[in-house]
Amino acid sequence: MKTLLMHPDRPFDAQFPLPWGEPQLTQDLELNTLLDAMADGDRFVYEVSRAALFSGFQNDVSTILYRQEVISDCLANPDQIRALYTLTVEATDNTKRMWWDLSSQYPDSVLFGAISLLEFLRNSLRKLRQLAEGAGDQFRSRAFLALFAMLRNELGDEYLATIDQYLNDMKFRNGTLLTAELGENNEGTNYTLARPPKREPNWFRRILTKASPGYTFRLDPRDEGGARIVGSIRQRGICRVAITLAQSAGHVLNFFKALKTELAFYIGSLNLHQKLSGKQEPACLPVPAPSTERKHRFTGLYDVCLALHLERRVVGNDANVKEKSAVVITGANQGGKSSFLRSIGLAQLMMQSGMFVGAESFEAELCPALFAHYKREEDATMKSGKLDEELARMSDIADHILPNSILLLNESFAATNEREGSEIATQIVGAMLEKRVKVFFVTHLYEFAHRFFTTRSDDGLFLRAERLPDGTRTFKLVEREPLETSYGEDLYREIFSDHQHSLLQTTDGSINPSRDRLGISGRSASNLSREHLGSDQSVAEAPTSENYPSHRGKEFAKIIETR
Amino acid sequence: MAFRSILFKETNEAAKTSEEEPAFFGDLNLDQFVSKITSDFQEYDLATFYYSQLPDLDSILYRQEVVRDLENQSVLASIKSFAGQMRLMRQRLEQGKKAFYKYAIQKGFLTAVDIYCSAVERLALDICARALESTGMRAFRGYLANYVSSPHFRGLVNEISNLKTSLAKIQYCLLLRGDAVTVRIPEDESDYSIAVEDTFEKFRREPDQRYRVTVREIDPVNHIQAQVLEGIAKFDPGTFDALDAFCSSRVDFIDSTISRFDREIQFYLAFLNYVGKLRGAGLKFTLPTLSTTSKEVNAQETFDLVLAGKLLDEKAAVVCNDFSLSGAERILVVSGPNHGGKTTFARTFGQLHYLAVLGLPVPGRNVQLFKFDQLFTHFEREEDISSLRGKLQDDLLRIHEILLHATSQSIVIMNEIFSSTTLQDAIFLGKKVVDQLSTLDVLCVCVTFLDELASFDEKTVSFVSTVDPINPAVRTFKLERKSADGLAYALAIAEKHRVTYDLLMERIKG
Repeated sequence: MKTLLMHPDRPFDAQFPLPWGEPQLTQDLELNTLLDAMADGDRFVYEVSRAALFSGFQNDVSTILYRQEVISDCLANPDQIRALYTLTVEATDNTKRMWWDLSSQYPDSVLFGAISLLEFLRNSLRKLRQLAEGAGDQFRSRAFLALFAMLRNELGDEYLATIDQYLNDMKFRNGTLLTAELGENNEGTNYTLARPPKREPNWFRRILTKASPGYTFRLDPRDEGGARIVGSIRQRGICRVAITLAQSAGHVLNFFKALKTELAFYIGSLNLHQKLSGKQEPACLPVPAPSTERKHRFTGLYDVCLALHLERRVVGNDANVKEKSAVVITGANQGGKSSFLRSIGLAQLMMQSGMFVGAESFEAELCPALFAHYKREEDATMKSGKLDEELARMSDIADHILPNSILLLNESFAATNEREGSEIATQIVGAMLEKRVKVFFVTHLYEFAHRFFTTRSDDGLFLRAERLPDGTRTFKLVEREPLETSYGEDLYREIFSDHQHSLLQTTDGSINPSRDRLGISGRSASNLSREHLGSDQSVAEAPTSENYPSHRGKEFAKIIETR
Repeated sequence: MAFRSILFKETNEAAKTSEEEPAFFGDLNLDQFVSKITSDFQEYDLATFYYSQLPDLDSILYRQEVVRDLENQSVLASIKSFAGQMRLMRQRLEQGKKAFYKYAIQKGFLTAVDIYCSAVERLALDICARALESTGMRAFRGYLANYVSSPHFRGLVNEISNLKTSLAKIQYCLLLRGDAVTVRIPEDESDYSIAVEDTFEKFRREPDQRYRVTVREIDPVNHIQAQVLEGIAKFDPGTFDALDAFCSSRVDFIDSTISRFDREIQFYLAFLNYVGKLRGAGLKFTLPTLSTTSKEVNAQETFDLVLAGKLLDEKAAVVCNDFSLSGAERILVVSGPNHGGKTTFARTFGQLHYLAVLGLPVPGRNVQLFKFDQLFTHFEREEDISSLRGKLQDDLLRIHEILLHATSQSIVIMNEIFSSTTLQDAIFLGKKVVDQLSTLDVLCVCVTFLDELASFDEKTVSFVSTVDPINPAVRTFKLERKSADGLAYALAIAEKHRVTYDLLMERIKG
């Protein structure tokens, strides 16, 4: 009896080893926020959902579509799905204490434990069949149709009655019947609990073939030794059946556990969907494409984790990356760049696990692996310099990255000055593209962005955080060529202006919940002023984009060629 | 030739075996050796076989031939397996005798006889296929072949086979209900656990969990079983009557010659068992050539077999040594630094000669030895307060005793004599003793700190324990035939500390 809700051909492995880079990805994409929302307090749902998210890289398009069918059924019939899950939880959680008897070393206790366990599980099986019978025509997915059909067929009345019969027999109301042979000392051996022959239905023939009455002796009531010996013989006789029953109970229990595992991810999806729809945020089933294609196209794509934290709706983005393999995002600080990068990563993970994504529409190719390389806080131990640390992480990624992977770079290589950072970025991104890695790069490295724009615009899509002429941010990304300044000046002005009051509150992280919990912009005041200084310098030293010398582009081309 | 014993060519030799450990056993560590190699062979009471040296070369050759046959691994394996079965047979017989109930006594007896018959048949089959060279083993093979084909033995085998078949066929049902136990013939009962397993098979996704249950151990022989057997006997009286008849008619089923062989062959097995372990570590053993006339002795790569066993247990290396005496040479004088292997060397010499006259292989290769009449040892003893004699006096009394009994055919091993007196005394007494040994023309090893004895006359040969030339503090445990000048060792130490003449001349300025 296989429960195939996750894969059409095999059970889901919740113990799937998490891929390399899982901790970084969890941190950078705020996956704990996502998983907490899915779990809604159920640790098991949390674990299974995590396994499902991270094993998604292994899924092909057909598996994803298979799960999308299940998701649709779940969204259409949430009560039935939750009832099913609750039943598996009862069956597995309530039986935990019964395992105590099974860990005993005495056959009697094992038998007793196995019988109580099976009596409980038999009731669960009966309820399971009732649920299967109650599931009407409203289910459409191949997975659920097969599951309910299987439950109706395998758990018929006759079958359940057989289990009742066993449980009744094992109470030995008519004594214990054993078969035996003679051993080394002519003592009894190979004691086996016997199942009496089926009764001859014809009473007349039953009398004719009646077994010999046998030779009977009775124990003297004072013969304690004799009673112990008979007890021991009985124990030997029931030994094997006790173990077999315990193992069988284990198998039934494992069936419920497996069913619980297969359902848990969908329960997580239901939970998340309820939360998002409560916030009037859209969710859609994405359209996956094979990993060799280049297909990112979406409308209203938003950061699900940010949405879970905010009361108000978050801003969604539209883009059509088409066949391009790099997306370079520049623009104002706190203009939604990091959030956008996260929305790309989250949508990818959610789509590949078979779930809906936080967007009005979403279409993308699958990737065999997803990596995030985010700027990190200064290393408190001072063991390695910051750029050193960043490049070491990049080296680790390079050990694991594959063609068609997606790489999310968030303000990488900014630990050094812009020229050096740009050079490093140019080389690294260039190599990644050669290796057919898709790159999403949020950057303030104007020199890099500009070089890339002038030399490889065919490969790149350039998005910019929108800033209205009056300086307000829409948190929307628009397709624009990279701008030189990130408007740190704005911040500077805001911080040191009349509005100083309100912004200082946010920068110390005590008021704005999105900052504090998400850590997207939980930067210290000193960091902000550093950025401000940086942009100040670039205004003073670097030429504006309009009069930027064109030979820069040639330089970029030269670097690519010489490598 | 009629076969009697695998140890003694003439059976009357067996009568002469000594019950007492020889006097030198302790000095040569042979006491430890015998108790070690016989520890796994207690039931055979083998020790006395190791206490008695054989009277002549013929008797020694008889055993050496058997050893050569046993060096054939397939022969050895057959004998070992036979011995194991005989051991098992005796255990079953003992268990059966202890049982209180008739059914268990009878089954125990039947099993024991069965094991015996199979063991004998198996051995007869095994060794008739092997190429045997020794007089002893060939005679035994002949005896065994006759025995196995005798009508008496064939009858025994048939009877057992019939009884076993009938007993094995018996199956019965037990119904346990309250205080009632019912025994009856089975009908069509099936194994309940198989039904359970089949029913739940559909849920199986992974291998069964393993359970470890224990059932209270009870003596399988008890009054309940006896009553159950009574019930079974009522359904099948024929089988149980036949078992009764078998047990009363076959009491003395063990052949005395086979029983004797089973014990005596262990003398070789116990020794070869130990040899096998040392050989596994690359050490050599060989059957020595013995002479009653020539006192030229020789051995290469030999070692103290007791020490070697201990060193192997500690995973330490065993150092081998060579020795040889030719022409008029009779006395090995061993000197050199302490803890350099001198005493070990003396023991080795004694062990080799004694093992040789037991007809056993000895440590080393190319071994030629002298067939001695008596072996004497004089090792340093703890002072015996109760004897009221001084240690020197004690030494002299013991040496006197040895010289009184030793003949020109004897071997004398002396270890650190006269260490309890002044150097001058020691030299004087030592020379006196060596002079007498030399006159007696006895084979001798003399471990001493007295260099003077090493070049006493043409009969003495000097052996010196050596040190590592690079680091003189390290003993090599190698003994070399060279003149005894204590200086070589002293110089090496001096060089190490840069205090030789030349070095001091260089070091001291001016």
